[in-house]
Amino acid sequence: MKAFTYERAESPAAAAAAVAARPGAKFIAGGTNLLDLMKLQIEEPVHLVDVNRLALDKIEPTPDGGLRIGALVRNTDLAADERVRRDYGVLTRAIVAGASGQLRNKATTAGNLLQRTRCPYFYDTNQPCNKRKPGSGCAAIGGYSRQLGIIGTSDACIATYPGDMAVAMRVLDATVETVQPSGSTRHIPIADFHRVWGDTPHIDTNLQPGELITAVTLPKPVGGTHIYHKVRDRASYAYALVSVAAILQRDGSGHVAIGGIAPKPWRVEAAEAALPQGAKAVATRLLAGARPRPDNAFKVPLVERTLAAVIAQAKDAA
Amino acid sequence: MKFDQPAGQNPIDQLKVIGKPTNRIDGKFKTTGTAPYAYERHDAAPDAAYGYVVGAGIAKGRITAMDLTAAKAAPGVLAIVTADTAGPLVKGDFNTAKLLGGPAIDHYHQAVALVVAETFEQARAAAALIRVDYARDKGRFDLDTALKTAPLKGDDDKAPPVHRVGDFEKAFAAAPIKLDALYETPDQSHAMMEPHASIASWAGDKLTLWTSNQMIAWGKGDVAKTLGIPKDDVRLISPYIGGGFGGKLFVRADAILAALGAKQAGRPVKVALQRPLMINNTTHRPATRQRIRLGAGEDGKLTAIAHESGSGDLPGGGPETAVSQTRLLYAGANRLTSMRLAVLDLPEGNAMRAPGEAPGLMALEVAMDEMAEKLNMDPVQFRIVNDTQVDPEKPGRKFSQRQLVECLRMGADKFGWSQRNAKPRSVRDGRWLVGMGVASGFRNNITMKSGARVGIDKKGMVTVATDMTDIGTGTYTIIAQTAAEVMGVPLEKVNVLLGDSSFPVAAGSGGQWGANSSTAGVYAACMKLREAVAQKLGFNSADVEFADGKVRSGNRSVPLAQAAGDAGLSAEDSIEFGDLAKKEQQSTFAGHFVEVGVDAYTGEIRIRRMLAVCAAGRILNPKSARSQVIGAMTMGVGAALMEELAIDKRFGFFVNHDLASYEVPVHADIPHQEVIFLEEVDPMSSPMKAKGVGELGLCGVGAAIANAIYNASGVRIREYPITLDKVIAGTAMVA
Repeated sequence: MKAFTYERAESPAAAAAAVAARPGAKFIAGGTNLLDLMKLQIEEPVHLVDVNRLALDKIEPTPDGGLRIGALVRNTDLAADERVRRDYGVLTRAIVAGASGQLRNKATTAGNLLQRTRCPYFYDTNQPCNKRKPGSGCAAIGGYSRQLGIIGTSDACIATYPGDMAVAMRVLDATVETVQPSGSTRHIPIADFHRVWGDTPHIDTNLQPGELITAVTLPKPVGGTHIYHKVRDRASYAYALVSVAAILQRDGSGHVAIGGIAPKPWRVEAAEAALPQGAKAVATRLLAGARPRPDNAFKVPLVERTLAAVIAQAKDAA
Repeated sequence: MKFDQPAGQNPIDQLKVIGKPTNRIDGKFKTTGTAPYAYERHDAAPDAAYGYVVGAGIAKGRITAMDLTAAKAAPGVLAIVTADTAGPLVKGDFNTAKLLGGPAIDHYHQAVALVVAETFEQARAAAALIRVDYARDKGRFDLDTALKTAPLKGDDDKAPPVHRVGDFEKAFAAAPIKLDALYETPDQSHAMMEPHASIASWAGDKLTLWTSNQMIAWGKGDVAKTLGIPKDDVRLISPYIGGGFGGKLFVRADAILAALGAKQAGRPVKVALQRPLMINNTTHRPATRQRIRLGAGEDGKLTAIAHESGSGDLPGGGPETAVSQTRLLYAGANRLTSMRLAVLDLPEGNAMRAPGEAPGLMALEVAMDEMAEKLNMDPVQFRIVNDTQVDPEKPGRKFSQRQLVECLRMGADKFGWSQRNAKPRSVRDGRWLVGMGVASGFRNNITMKSGARVGIDKKGMVTVATDMTDIGTGTYTIIAQTAAEVMGVPLEKVNVLLGDSSFPVAAGSGGQWGANSSTAGVYAACMKLREAVAQKLGFNSADVEFADGKVRSGNRSVPLAQAAGDAGLSAEDSIEFGDLAKKEQQSTFAGHFVEVGVDAYTGEIRIRRMLAVCAAGRILNPKSARSQVIGAMTMGVGAALMEELAIDKRFGFFVNHDLASYEVPVHADIPHQEVIFLEEVDPMSSPMKAKGVGELGLCGVGAAIANAIYNASGVRIREYPITLDKVIAGTAMVA
């Protein structure tokens, strides 16, 4: 870990300004990912701006019938919230499918969106990695890639966004609210939040330097059956090989987003029209243009199979 | 004490303390944080500086330049150890590669430097400032390629590489029912909780190492040899060990680098191997490629058995002895077993819990399941039909005890095996395809010379001192039970001191030999002490009784405390094993039964329940023995379903080198486990009449799971781990 300086921010706008003012500065909230990466010197912030005491830890109703989740709401609290459990079950299910109780107690809503990839080559500083060290190359391509991406990847990087919560937020059409160093605010649809990074995989999201997430808003509930199906080798405490977040209606329509396969929660709205035709039809459209590697080619049929499981489960529930 | 005749009636047979389910006497220390582990010995070395290990960034080649300038100038740095500063180091007897590399690099993450600083954070930060330039050599990283030209290899340099009985080829050709199949097991990591860790402190030429090590005497010898100092100048202290599984049988870089760092810094130094280094820096269980051929008559009796295995290691290393159980497990007149050893430039392979049998049975017991199906026989019955009560290679030599058939029958009964549908993919529970599997468990019983010193003080307190280790297995408790039984005192009156090289040399913990051998050594010392007590009291030692804290002879009775007197009494002895193990084969047996669910959609596999029925001699402490077996069964789940060190064949290293990416089972993977021990005493094994169970619990589990997966899903998978990608590749989705 490199030595760094530290300050505690007084307001969201001041936090944003503080990070913008210092190249190499970062926000810290739960720290469940950032601190690990700092210990390995994968992240080397020169300055940390602690946002934990900003009053961003409330879950409140929005005027249009949705929910506004403060950036600092801990994963445990978000998953347990009665309104979330009742109206946005897919979100609760996704959150409790991830990490451990201890980590969820600490991890925040905004931090979870910003967690970095779990590509093993990203974690080994002896290896070339364009995400960790731009221009150094990608050791994962041609290497061990069982966990890695099959779509939306590039010749520079085949890593995935590893989280669960954002996959559910994607299917819920969430919006990320931010404050800029200037004090102005922005609303970023979750679809546009994570990048398909092309040849700049070191930039995970479309946040600008110093831009601070203040909340995530969920639109008015859409009803339906909420399912989060996470597929992994062991029963708990593992990243998804494939996950499906789904909201399915009685008439067979619905929304699905896929985790574990791409740089971002993967959703193709046009594919959802095929839901009444079944998993194969949806998967074919979702994965058009997929470029699997020998180690992870199984994710292509696994997406279809997991979708089939989800559709069957929704029928049973209906 | 020489043990060269079968044990007769002796004080252990009283079973007042031995054989009773007993809580661990060290449990309260472990659960209250008052059992300090090696890295926590602040009391012993309060001014220790911190060492941080730098691992090589290449697998094979050499260091062309090393720039320490920035690291030396970094805050808090006290010393930097490299091959240049360390002086000549001799490779230890138990190491395959040097523990400090440079300029030559033998494997990825081989240690190339230790940075010593005032704080851990300073050492870590400075380590990142060391710049190393390498010249890479082409390495051999692909086992399948390397095995094509690999020579045959015996268990060790003296053992023959091929064992033949009868004429396998002829019998196999003539057999009406045949199987010829290839099986693969991957490299695996011990992945124990406590990393390799040591604190080193020098007083003049004398070195004390508080370390985490299973085999104290081996370690002491190799530390002395590596550093080129007399053995008498080395003291190892290792009373508590947070798991080892064979990964701590040998001295590793933490101990040697701590010693070198402490010398260079002029003060004690503590080093724990960083978790991401452990997998490539230390040893692992080597991958195997196994070919099994079985031939049988229509009656189900095996007539031809061949098991050939290949594995790889660094130059000078050894094979994974995956065929050893096949020489002894089933009858069959015509037999062939052999091994090949390829040279690989991956990190060094070595023992991991049940070396040989664990991967060997993962193959053999799937082959047996496949063969049973070809014969249209129940797999339990097929194994029973092929049982043998004698060593199949030397029919004149019988097993000292062998209850494999009883294990299988009892297991089948208790597990509800009769409910199993032999037709694969015919039982469904919601989205789960459900199946049952069985496998035989087998692990040889090894005995090792083991010593102890036992004393009584004036309060009647019995103290046992031995360099034996407790790696989380319950050794403290069974040693206390042994001393309590023989000396006739309650358990609370026994104090056990372990893991110090200044104590008598014991068997150490490995190869499931520890429990039987070390308690037998304590028994020997206690019997000697009883003689000393009797002699002191003027009793005829033949008719003395030790019970209730008293010594009785006829109508005379003296409290033990009084017998010990102010000066106390003590005795030291070792158990030394004669050739009983040659006369009769000593092995342990189990029947493993598993029920799994396979997700009909995704191919995810989840264990539903497990049962092990074990026959392993006298069970000294049924409670800790059960813990050993369920722990081993859990490890078997890991081996069957998820554990695999993924090799990058371009760069030559295990890529998934942390606990996030090298998955081992979590609680949610293990829903229900049962263990049954059959009544057994084995007078050939030791005066304790016990054998080991710590590895038996792992042997065969993986195959039972594989067989259950086949029964559930209809997919026969011969490459471990059995992950969902292999399941869905072999089965159409049935919604």
